[in-house]
Amino acid sequence: MSMNSEGRVTRPENTASAAAPATFTGNRGLMLEEQLIFERDDYGRTGVDLPKAPLVANLLGGLERHRPIGLPGLPEPETVRHYTRLSRQNYAIDLGLFPLGSCTMKHNPRLNEKVARMPGFADLHPLAPVDTVQGALGVIHELGEWLKTLTGMSGVAMAPKAGAHGELCGLLAIRAAQEARGNAREVILVPESAHGTNPATAAFCNYRVENIPATADGRVDLAALEARLGPDVAGVMITNPNTCGLFERDMQRISDAVHAAGGLVYCDGANFNAIVGRVRPGDLGIDAMHINLHKTFSTPHGGGGPGSGPVVFSAALAPFAPLPFVDKQGDDYVLVEEETAGEHHGASFGRMAAFHGQMGMFTRALAYILSHGADGLRQVAEDAVLNANYVLRSLDDVLDAPFGASGPCMHEALFSDAGLAQGFTTLDIAKGLIDEGFHPMTMYFPLVVHGAMLVEPTETEGKATLDQFIGALRSVAERAKAGDAALKAAPALAPRRRLDETAAARKPVLVWKDADLPEAAE
Amino acid sequence: MRYLPLTDSDRQAMLRTIGAASIDDLFVDVPEAARLAGPIAGLPDHASELAVERHMAKLAKRNLSAGEAPFFLGCGAYKHHVPATVDHLIQRGEFLTSYTPYQPEIAQGTLQALFEFQTQVARLLGCDVANASMYDGSTACWEAITMARRVTKRGKAILSAGLHPHYVSLARTMARFTGDQLDIAIPDLAPGAPGGDMARLLGAIDADTSCVVVQNPNILGHIADLSELAARCHEKGALMIAVVTEPVSLGAIRSPGEMGADIVVGEGQSIGVGLNFGGPYVGLFACAEKYVRQMPGRLCGVTSDADGQRGFVLTLSTREQHIRREKATSNICTNAGLCALAFSIHLTLLGETGLRNLAALNHAGAVSAAARLGGVPGVELVNGPFFNEFTLKLAKESRPIVRSLAGQGILAGVSLGRLYPDAPGLANGLVVAVTETSSAEDVESLAEALEAELAA
Repeated sequence: MSMNSEGRVTRPENTASAAAPATFTGNRGLMLEEQLIFERDDYGRTGVDLPKAPLVANLLGGLERHRPIGLPGLPEPETVRHYTRLSRQNYAIDLGLFPLGSCTMKHNPRLNEKVARMPGFADLHPLAPVDTVQGALGVIHELGEWLKTLTGMSGVAMAPKAGAHGELCGLLAIRAAQEARGNAREVILVPESAHGTNPATAAFCNYRVENIPATADGRVDLAALEARLGPDVAGVMITNPNTCGLFERDMQRISDAVHAAGGLVYCDGANFNAIVGRVRPGDLGIDAMHINLHKTFSTPHGGGGPGSGPVVFSAALAPFAPLPFVDKQGDDYVLVEEETAGEHHGASFGRMAAFHGQMGMFTRALAYILSHGADGLRQVAEDAVLNANYVLRSLDDVLDAPFGASGPCMHEALFSDAGLAQGFTTLDIAKGLIDEGFHPMTMYFPLVVHGAMLVEPTETEGKATLDQFIGALRSVAERAKAGDAALKAAPALAPRRRLDETAAARKPVLVWKDADLPEAAE
Repeated sequence: MRYLPLTDSDRQAMLRTIGAASIDDLFVDVPEAARLAGPIAGLPDHASELAVERHMAKLAKRNLSAGEAPFFLGCGAYKHHVPATVDHLIQRGEFLTSYTPYQPEIAQGTLQALFEFQTQVARLLGCDVANASMYDGSTACWEAITMARRVTKRGKAILSAGLHPHYVSLARTMARFTGDQLDIAIPDLAPGAPGGDMARLLGAIDADTSCVVVQNPNILGHIADLSELAARCHEKGALMIAVVTEPVSLGAIRSPGEMGADIVVGEGQSIGVGLNFGGPYVGLFACAEKYVRQMPGRLCGVTSDADGQRGFVLTLSTREQHIRREKATSNICTNAGLCALAFSIHLTLLGETGLRNLAALNHAGAVSAAARLGGVPGVELVNGPFFNEFTLKLAKESRPIVRSLAGQGILAGVSLGRLYPDAPGLANGLVVAVTETSSAEDVESLAEALEAELAA
């Protein structure tokens, strides 16, 4: 036993490490359990100090709310503690590598948070007179110009609220353009490997969706696509780089074939981070592409949003872009809304959301873009691709890389579950990684690969981190190949063990029902 | 580049592991003609943190922020005081920099917060269940219309004249492509009930009607009892969709759910989320339990883990695009997670006591302001009942007055000429919102400035 001069033990005794003892609180050291706000006895309390409302005439017209609402209030210190405790049950990019393929979890610079909170941006009303918001319109315009230049496209729509909303924007523009030509069409072709949002979006604006098969090397089957093109096909939705992490080598030929058949080309730009600064999609015949600002330009994902999905357009589609948009006239910015649309933008397909887009994401993305500049953004793509290929080639001896033989990948490395021991799955590998202290990769997507594992390290990881991750994944993969039964029980070291998703769906409990609050629960 | 950790020697070592001679070898699949040889010309190179901050600060300075002026704008976005705690907590990296909780064992923080959010929203709106949020109120409103179509298998939606014109505009855009039929109307300045069109709505519901969409408080601040409308909808087999763009009102007035709404959607911005020039905001979506499988968006539910401990997961995902693809209830993927968290934290701080007090303060301030402003020569208060927002009819066109007052450092309200450029009958309308952030001195400044403008 080792002690300091005051007799305090400074080195733990070498006791046999048994399972953690049960505790009175259910807490395990720094892993703290936290009850729901509804389970506390805090219904009458509040954590804010407000002056008492003065007594004036009541003009509520008899609509007063009398029955209890059922909203607990927590004093400020307990509110801070509640959410701080909850936060510690989350994995986050601030904690470590977050290799969710196709989701692009990269470092979120805090400068971007700082600028988004400048009162000149954060404390602006969307309907404030245009003369009083020139700087805000300037941000929208400047970011839009960057996006056009980086993609080599003619127009940009800043209104879409997220990637899937951007897809909707692109398809609505395609519909409007074809209707304007007197040539409305019904079918959108989508590759099998596409994000689920692609077919869902096409259906959301009333297109019929048909799948295009993939080739053995993980790309769009050009021959099958050409065979399906015809007067009923409005266009295609191609993800490039695609969800197998591969560049569609035939992109130009796909575009040419679609255009020759009277269709238009939508590109899902979710993976633009792999090519930014090295390739302009506009050079490949694309008519519309959304850019997830939270992926390529690092606006924070926030546990599931908010996103922002500006869309760039070719010259053919630019006139159909949604309202509103920002125009620059001399040093001044003009906001083109409904009233002036007839004069300037009669072909626009109209408004797709209230107000002017995700301003809070624009300021962050612009700060990110200006920080990198043209040279840094090119380096972003190069390092993202380098990191992914490093992961691919460091693990393709232990994990099956279905397209590994076809050449380098782009920003993400794809593996399958081939070769795992009987009864072991991608899910087991994912849960094993959790115990190693890493967030798992994207699992079971894309659908074209059995038991897919899609690893996207991003450019903001250093080599040492990658080496540690590679070591962890190798170790877990080897256990899955050897049939290590303990892996089936993973995670053992997370705030929760494997959760029963089937039970959750069979009898959904979506809100807390408080037995002690009969009136509010009515 | 401060955000890129790889060194040149790392890069060389990694290329050797990969077996590539240069980085260009990794881009071989890009056709030669599309490869850019170097950084795109005409764009600036990377910049220091200081330089970027200065650039952004310069742009920020070209705006008159809400806090710098007597401020009275509303119409779907409201200025409320957000406690400092809210912004601090949402900036914790574990919330800010986490993803959609696809691995629930290491996302219980986000999931429990979403479950609490769903419960708070359901109770506030008066419905059985709520989802984990939508992009914003306007998109939630269109999603509700498509949900009513799926539930009723009918294609005609009747939109109240009092529905926010941007929400109407969005519905018109979508309906043009989806084939939904819309019955819409422009509001009027009817004394006592501006934008109120209860008689029209009651009369328009027929056997083809999927839903009636009604906003409360409406775009002109009018509030109404929706019970009769709900009953009529149900009689005719249609759904009533209620829209709330000012959820603080629900601390004072009966919730749409209590009044019989089948689906309630809302813009949650005014609780916890700042003005942000229009986004990001947070869409609220709640409905009766029997329709839950037709809902759009993510849902968080309760389950247990392998040790029997309670935990939370995303659930009923067979409604969603990543499983159901073209047969999904919606194409939505991203929600407004962080804004939902801000909403939930603010509401947790307020509690029922705080929310009711906040609502009472808003109403009292608005009542006093309406009396003062309605007494200005050339100004007429149009509303009967209202919450914290009301419409004034000026003796002159309101839009030039709003611009002129902005030049004097007063953000006077929203002119109806801006929202309804094609409705000359509304050109003299000015919608004024009064919250706990508006002082009596602010109201006095506005009253005096309006008087001067109207006398000129």
